[in-house]
Amino acid sequence: MKNLSRRNFLNLVGAAGGSSAIYNTSLAMGLLQETSPITKLELKNVTRKKPSIAILGAGISGLTIAYELERVGYECTIIEASHRIGGRNLTVRHGDKIDEMGYNQVCHFDDDPDMYFNAGPSRVPGHHHHTMHYFKILNIPLQVKANVNRTAYTHDTNQFEGKPMRIGEYIADARGFMSELLWKAVDKNVFDQPLSEEDKEKMLEFTKIYGDLDKNGDYKGTRRAGYASGGNISPGILKKPKNLSALLDSKFWRGGLSGSELHDWAEPLFEAVGGMDNLIKGFINNLKTPIVLNSQVQSIQLKNNSVDVIYNRKGKRKKLNVDYCFNSIPAHFMAGIPNNFSKEYKKALLSLQKGNFFKLGLQMSERFWEKDFIYGGITHTNQRINQIWYPSYGIHSKKGVLLGAYAFFGQSKFFERMTPEERIQYAADCGDKVHPNYSSYIEAGVSIPWGRMKHLMGCGSTMTPEDRNQYFAQLQAPEGRHYMVGDQISYHSSWQEGAFASAEYAMMDLDKRIRSEMTQKEKAS
Amino acid sequence: MKRIYFLKIIIICALLSAPIASAQETLTIPPDEFIYCTVCHGINLMGNKSLEAPRLSQMSAWYVEQQLYSFKNGWRGTHAEDIVGMEMRPMASILSNEQISQAAKFVNKTRSPIPIVNIEGDEETGKKLFQTCSVCHAENAQGNELLRAPTLTGLNDWYLIAQLKNYKKGIRGNNSENIYGLQMQTVTHVLEDDQAINDVVKYILTMQTN
Repeated sequence: MKNLSRRNFLNLVGAAGGSSAIYNTSLAMGLLQETSPITKLELKNVTRKKPSIAILGAGISGLTIAYELERVGYECTIIEASHRIGGRNLTVRHGDKIDEMGYNQVCHFDDDPDMYFNAGPSRVPGHHHHTMHYFKILNIPLQVKANVNRTAYTHDTNQFEGKPMRIGEYIADARGFMSELLWKAVDKNVFDQPLSEEDKEKMLEFTKIYGDLDKNGDYKGTRRAGYASGGNISPGILKKPKNLSALLDSKFWRGGLSGSELHDWAEPLFEAVGGMDNLIKGFINNLKTPIVLNSQVQSIQLKNNSVDVIYNRKGKRKKLNVDYCFNSIPAHFMAGIPNNFSKEYKKALLSLQKGNFFKLGLQMSERFWEKDFIYGGITHTNQRINQIWYPSYGIHSKKGVLLGAYAFFGQSKFFERMTPEERIQYAADCGDKVHPNYSSYIEAGVSIPWGRMKHLMGCGSTMTPEDRNQYFAQLQAPEGRHYMVGDQISYHSSWQEGAFASAEYAMMDLDKRIRSEMTQKEKAS
Repeated sequence: MKRIYFLKIIIICALLSAPIASAQETLTIPPDEFIYCTVCHGINLMGNKSLEAPRLSQMSAWYVEQQLYSFKNGWRGTHAEDIVGMEMRPMASILSNEQISQAAKFVNKTRSPIPIVNIEGDEETGKKLFQTCSVCHAENAQGNELLRAPTLTGLNDWYLIAQLKNYKKGIRGNNSENIYGLQMQTVTHVLEDDQAINDVVKYILTMQTN
């Protein structure tokens, strides 16, 4: 610590109290990009002109565009390749068919309104203002979803004899030890530029409170970790602090611990009452635009003043000639769809690479976790399932649906290669290491590997930083009368917020064009 | 009556003389059960590099059948390093024998433009190297069904390279029952390095015509 200047030191304390280390982690994960500023969509009314619009894909961006444009007089048609509306906004319930390449799963959860699984988006932070806006205007009730739960576990098969540890205990011990180190460094004034007496006092007091140290600056456990016993009608006995090196060796601080500090995962988070797909139902109930299902786009041809979209429906080729086209087809499919885009635009599209996410839902015969004082939130494990999510709704009812695995990017491939039955078995075995008899409660399971879902084959597209510099602006801008949209054309890929923001951005560009066209016509006449 | 007949002739002539320029006219509509092939392999099975799904248009039906069986019985798409093959395998596994035969016919009927060749390679060296290949795949790389050697033209350069490397590394053609695969594994050793692979692929793709 000798080389640490006072200024650096204070910066470090800032980091401990704030989240700059976490900021970097999240930047590396591509998750911490500020959402775009609040804009007000004031689209020009075009009722007299009725420009025609083809919207490719009935996910969040497509539905938003139809909803906003039809209100001001555009004539929209949504073309959707799959059998359902909603894209990756998917809530799985009793009897639902899972549309995975090569496997035909059917969800065997009980036919019960509480037995559902949000396989796509499942949490919304309050600052995702586009998403919150549409929940609000479509009258979709929200409830708080516990994301971080200090009573849930952190589990590492290689640490603490493989026994799970309450997250609150880990955090309390980690903060205690870190604070003790700081307290001692400040007390001995080990910096090359000594702290003033006043700064020193403040720092000692801060670290003491921050880590719950005793008057000598030692960490000897804290009630913040929860008592080992007692605390109500008998004196509370503190838990013995864990071994610092074991805390450092466990992987929790790499993922779970900082993950809960991410801006997008900042409490409180929200979920739709009864399933996230209520947002989709809200759009459907408020749309006049026709949504043509089971219709795969076969060709997109840009003309001078229009766009031709050819699609295949029930073995028949149909053609739409429209004024403008909004395309939310995953960019990784575009190289396989005939089009007459410019070479540069095609190259830009190739720079968007498909991502992968994997989620698995389990219906449990009993809410055994609630007997263990866990109500909602997430347990983190170093096993390949990564996380177990406990439902925040249906508290104290008999059964519940858990998220039994959540794998990101490359990790998802591990599960993708298994059969649906093997995935459930694997998740059950991992769960048994966290909760006693976990597997014995499993009544039914479904798995959603987004990298293998028909007509999607991916989720959370990525670009290298170089490609983003070079191509993102081009992808955000229209190619002729054709706009690429969706979360893929945002800095919030795999979030509904990214899809909403991208849709809004493209519609604002369209609006500008329409206004200028109208002005030119007025001038001409 | 005569007038209508005359009109018909005019219409037919007009249709015959219309250029097949627009994409619309060359599109093959897949049977419903094979739409999913086109999700990854592209419309008309034109191929999609983003998903590493090769162009299959017009591929010989016998070869498509053979490969679908290969995937189905685990000769292909089971090696731990064959990531893309493993993605393909479950799709073939669910097909019945009858569906495999229909899929092969559908694949053979599709048409799409010959892919552009982007790789750097020396055609002259490639030509010499190809002499070994031509024993089975024929001098014009059109293949030989009797020897179970497929047509090589019309495939994507990146796909041919990936498969030659897979054979060389023992990722493809491993199964002891798969004599043609084993044969390919052995013969790829005439291609000493990546440059040799590029050279031979470059040469093969000079022989294709649209």
